[in-house]
Amino acid sequence: MTRRWVGFAVFLVLLLAVEWGTRTGFISPLTLPKPSDVLQTFAELYSSGLLFQHLLPSLSRLAVGAALGASLGIGVGLLMGLFSFIRAGLVPLVAAIFPIPKIALLPLFVIWFGIDEGSKYALIAFGTFTPTVVATYAAVDNVDRTLIRMGQSFGLSWLSIVRKIVLPGAMPGILAGLRISLAIAIILLVAAEMLGAEYGIGAYILEAGSLYDLERLFAGVVILSVLGVLVSAVIGAIEKRVLNWRS
Amino acid sequence: MELRLRGVGHGYGGREVLRGIDLDIPAGQIVCIVGPSGCGKSTLLRMMGGLEEPDLGEVLQVGQAPEDCLNPLTYIFQDFALLPWRTVAGNVSLVLEDHEIKGVDASAMIKDVLQRTRLSDFADTLPRQLSGGMKQRVAIARALVVNPAVMLMDEPLSALDSQTRELLMDDLISLWTRTPFTAVYVTHNLAEAVRLGHRIVVLSRRPGEVREVVTLEKPLEARAYGDADLEVKQKHLWELMRAEAAAADAELIGG
Ligand SMILES: Nc1ncnc2c1ncn2[C@@H]1O[C@H](COP(=O)(O)OP(=O)(O)O)[C@@H](O)[C@H]1O
Ligand SMILES: [Mg+2]
Repeated sequence: MTRRWVGFAVFLVLLLAVEWGTRTGFISPLTLPKPSDVLQTFAELYSSGLLFQHLLPSLSRLAVGAALGASLGIGVGLLMGLFSFIRAGLVPLVAAIFPIPKIALLPLFVIWFGIDEGSKYALIAFGTFTPTVVATYAAVDNVDRTLIRMGQSFGLSWLSIVRKIVLPGAMPGILAGLRISLAIAIILLVAAEMLGAEYGIGAYILEAGSLYDLERLFAGVVILSVLGVLVSAVIGAIEKRVLNWRS
Repeated sequence: MELRLRGVGHGYGGREVLRGIDLDIPAGQIVCIVGPSGCGKSTLLRMMGGLEEPDLGEVLQVGQAPEDCLNPLTYIFQDFALLPWRTVAGNVSLVLEDHEIKGVDASAMIKDVLQRTRLSDFADTLPRQLSGGMKQRVAIARALVVNPAVMLMDEPLSALDSQTRELLMDDLISLWTRTPFTAVYVTHNLAEAVRLGHRIVVLSRRPGEVREVVTLEKPLEARAYGDADLEVKQKHLWELMRAEAAAADAELIGG
């Protein structure tokens, strides 16, 4: 329990140090904004209703894109793990796609899916897809063979073996992969919004940055980091529920 | 149901592993198979369970499996093979679910089998909370619940310490005494063989051939740890195996 608070304490000490530094002039206002000013900017953002005007489109892009990418990724990863034929066909393809910086494909997606939401969904989905595929496929591949052999020796149907042995056995790996995939999704969300969106956290940060408005820029960054922490907490909660059989 | 092996031979990649095995597994008896490591005991068990076809000869199933038998040939694995995400009861239930046995019927069967294996208090426990001996008892419960015609056990106690092994042997004996089952019990431990076996089949080193079949008349429930007559049998078995084991060992060192 006390360990948990150490993390908060580090945060707090850093914030206080910056606050003190900016107040005394030890840190120039061109380097870092005053944390209290950032907080105030945030409060204004909230009271003006602008916060949700930016946050809601971002959240829906993230939700749609990540859900698409993750579910497709888990599906394809399972197929690759279960069928050696599909595995043989797709492993080289995945290996070729994996290292492409997905953001480089945004212009292509704009042509394919339009400048509006379509290209953003596609970018986030594609960026989530590849790490999810790799993690899922590896997780299925790592399921204890003796358990599968046990299922076969008791005459369980193929479907039962997949549902009751392979899937639960692969779950820890899939969830660990999802953690990474969703962090990538947030990165791509911001990138996509920076390259063409009226509303969204990315657009907000870009605008603040071009005006050298450090308070607003940092307010945006704080939102992103809170978003990341929340996503990670949600996965943590799912893990706690689904993987409660682990110590 | 009985198993009959006739002239079973097998090889892997040109290397002969089993040769000319003739063997009967009579119903209601425990047949132990002993032999030096690498002589093909596990391979033989896989052939009996139908997981692999022998290159030569045949494995025959004679007679009908019992009416309520769900899985005629059922394995018990050395490493237990329990699903870590299912409780003790859940692990047993796993092998019933595919037979459309659910709800009240399933819970009755599970309750009964957990009682027989003295696991009733642990029905809701996860495998990671259990000791090795308890885990293997769960695996035995899971095998018993499908009421197998023949149980195929591949060194089921080898992963356990010697005290736990003694306790589990007692458990197996009392299970058998109450309801005799048919089993093939592979082991490299001669003490286990003379405690549990109605017959003990001694295999030679690779390629495994039947060296001798020793029959023990003494009833299982009358056998105990350190019985003098069992010691004599064990000694005889050891003399049979000694040369084979030494040769097999030298072979391994020589590559
Ligand atoms: N699937 C297999 N493929 C190739 N060789 C095998 C296979 N299974 C067993 N063997 C070989 O057959 C021999 C007998 O193995 P095994 O039946 O496991 O022996 P035991 O159980 O008596 O120790 C060993 O030399 C082993 O390497
Ligand atoms: Mg073996």
